[in-house]
Amino acid sequence: MNAMPPVQLRDTFIAGARVIDPASGFDQTADVLLRDGLIAEIATGLVQPEGADIIAAEGAVLCPGLVDMRAELGEPGHEYRETIASVARAAAAGGITTLVALPDSRPAIDDPALVRLLLARGVETGSLSILPYGAVTRGCAGVELAELGLLREAGAVAFTDGGRAIGPARFMRAVLSYTRGFDGIVVQHPEDPSLAEGGCATEGELATRLGLPAIPAAAEAIQVAQDIALVRLTGGRVHFAHISTAAALDLIRAAKTEGLRITCDTAPPYFDLNEIAIGDFRTYAKLSPPLRADSDRLAVVAALADGTIDAVASDHQPRDADDKRQPFAQASAGGAGLATLLAVTLAQVHGGAIPLIRALALLTSGPATVLRLPQGRLTKGVAADLCLFHPDRAWKVEAGKLPGKARNTPFDGRALEGRVLGTWKAGRRVFG
Amino acid sequence: MRHLLAIEGMAPSVIEDLLDLAESYVLLNRSGKTQRDVLRGRTLINLFFEDSTRTRTSFELAGKRLGADVLNMSVSTSSVKKGETLLDTASTLNAMQCDLLVVRHDQSGAPNLLAQKVDAAVINAGDGTHEHPTQALLDALTIRRHRGSLEGLTIAICGDIGHSRVARSNIHLLLSMGSQVRVVGPPTLIPAAIEELGVLVFNDMADGLAGVDVVMMLRLQKERMTRNLVPSAREYFRFFGLDADKLAYAKPNALVMHPGPMNRGVEIDSAVADDPVHSVIREQVEMGVAIRMAVLDRLARPLQIVRR
Repeated sequence: MNAMPPVQLRDTFIAGARVIDPASGFDQTADVLLRDGLIAEIATGLVQPEGADIIAAEGAVLCPGLVDMRAELGEPGHEYRETIASVARAAAAGGITTLVALPDSRPAIDDPALVRLLLARGVETGSLSILPYGAVTRGCAGVELAELGLLREAGAVAFTDGGRAIGPARFMRAVLSYTRGFDGIVVQHPEDPSLAEGGCATEGELATRLGLPAIPAAAEAIQVAQDIALVRLTGGRVHFAHISTAAALDLIRAAKTEGLRITCDTAPPYFDLNEIAIGDFRTYAKLSPPLRADSDRLAVVAALADGTIDAVASDHQPRDADDKRQPFAQASAGGAGLATLLAVTLAQVHGGAIPLIRALALLTSGPATVLRLPQGRLTKGVAADLCLFHPDRAWKVEAGKLPGKARNTPFDGRALEGRVLGTWKAGRRVFG
Repeated sequence: MRHLLAIEGMAPSVIEDLLDLAESYVLLNRSGKTQRDVLRGRTLINLFFEDSTRTRTSFELAGKRLGADVLNMSVSTSSVKKGETLLDTASTLNAMQCDLLVVRHDQSGAPNLLAQKVDAAVINAGDGTHEHPTQALLDALTIRRHRGSLEGLTIAICGDIGHSRVARSNIHLLLSMGSQVRVVGPPTLIPAAIEELGVLVFNDMADGLAGVDVVMMLRLQKERMTRNLVPSAREYFRFFGLDADKLAYAKPNALVMHPGPMNRGVEIDSAVADDPVHSVIREQVEMGVAIRMAVLDRLARPLQIVRR
């Protein structure tokens, strides 16, 4: 085989966009020059270099490529749902250039070799940095501690058992104590396992009407309260994934005020939808944690605004038709989220709940800061991972027409404003 | 009416119509005659993913008395990979040109899923802890025959409300027909926010049964004890089992009902269950056949226009 000749990456000149870098607070109309994979210049009235690709971007917003801090790849083990290639396509279409992958695949990412494999597979895509979480326990089975130090050495950015909560206090104490030794971060699925067992909807009038086995919303606050106490005990660091209830947010807000090393994220379904979406047994709206009452949704919106929530993650969990076309309790939980991450978050901007720069912080510098990543910044000299989008352009979510393989969007039929026009990874255009 | 999936959302006029039609089938059944032309040439399949001899038999009898070809299919949920069965079965049934499909399933919403995929009219014969519409209709028919109307009656549904599809269907039906509904049981067996459906909640039989016209008892499964929702059958019977002493709190002529099968000595005392003055439990079974005839009849009518 002939080796590919080295291709000189052409300069790209993005002219006249509203450039927003949430990390620095920069927000003004400017021209941006991409050269050799880096952001070479950001200024108004830059001279267009000869031979550059010119992108006329008046009316559009240019921000750092989105950092999605929680998504399932489907690979290894569930390639019928999604592959790394299809994830990369969907991510590029969604403006995502860095994705932190959940470890509860098959096999689970509980071995340093698998961490290195995923890192390499990300590089191969050419469009998406894949950063792996390491499993907390072997096989994400909740029994035996995985080799956390070796996983970290191989490149795992933090540790989690994905959709399985680390329940027993004694076990979580050990995990937090051990990871404190190298300042590791433990990402918890905040749901008390004994209360959640067998449940598939939030306890309340709707679950009672539908006759579905239910989980009290308090299952989240109970787990969060326990873990906060354990952080206080051990000095470890916990990040709570997809927070969805007012009670848990109150606890986290207080813990942050206390100065404990605690962070949290949420996902678009928890501020855009409520439990009504599962009416008529709609399994595409079956998520874990389950959708909540509207009062909890409103508390999540308020926490996006007041800073209690540090990041918004896609919570992308690809499922195929056979996973979903089942009686509600037996259907697999999870929703696709890569292609809708930006626009559903922007709905909170259009609705007046948060300013645009805050929304973009939640999708870029917010998750990067939580996980101590260099990504999610748009300043001179950093890698040119960028997302260009039109903030007002309308489109409608259609389950079968989203990029990528997964069709299981809980937002099917939702009208959204905000369309990605272009995505750049290290200076190379990968979408648009 | 295309399917009968749930009582929730059914208009009172539709319920009334079914009860009236069932009334005529009670008379027919008692006369010993049949009306085999009503469903002649129609195929009725009893698709049971959960054992239930009495409901299946009731539908079978109803179908046969109206002239349908009746087939019984029992599918064990454990033997096949779950879910696949349901949709595979749906396509099989479509190929068989089934007209009326009676479904019993241990999962809430399973008949709704089937109804999206099959051509047949789907009748929910009990799904998980969701609904059991024909049970509520037959209960209503039984009450109506004794009291003339459901309006203004006070009805107590007692026991394991949380795991009961019968309770849910009855709550929807009775409220929409103008009855007042109480649910009575220990808090562990009362589902969250049930009062938002419009019922009054009682944790004590003396209060809950005070002055009621009808006492509906529900079956308590042994599993509730193993899962620590109730300490023992003995304790349950002491506080929530219907015996003559507790029945005395209700109106003197109160009706006693039970969807069966009964756990005598657990939720109901034999003396009450067999009491000729109060108990209408046997009559419920009779009304069950009539109600199911009415439902099959109504659902088959639009099919005659659409199909063949």
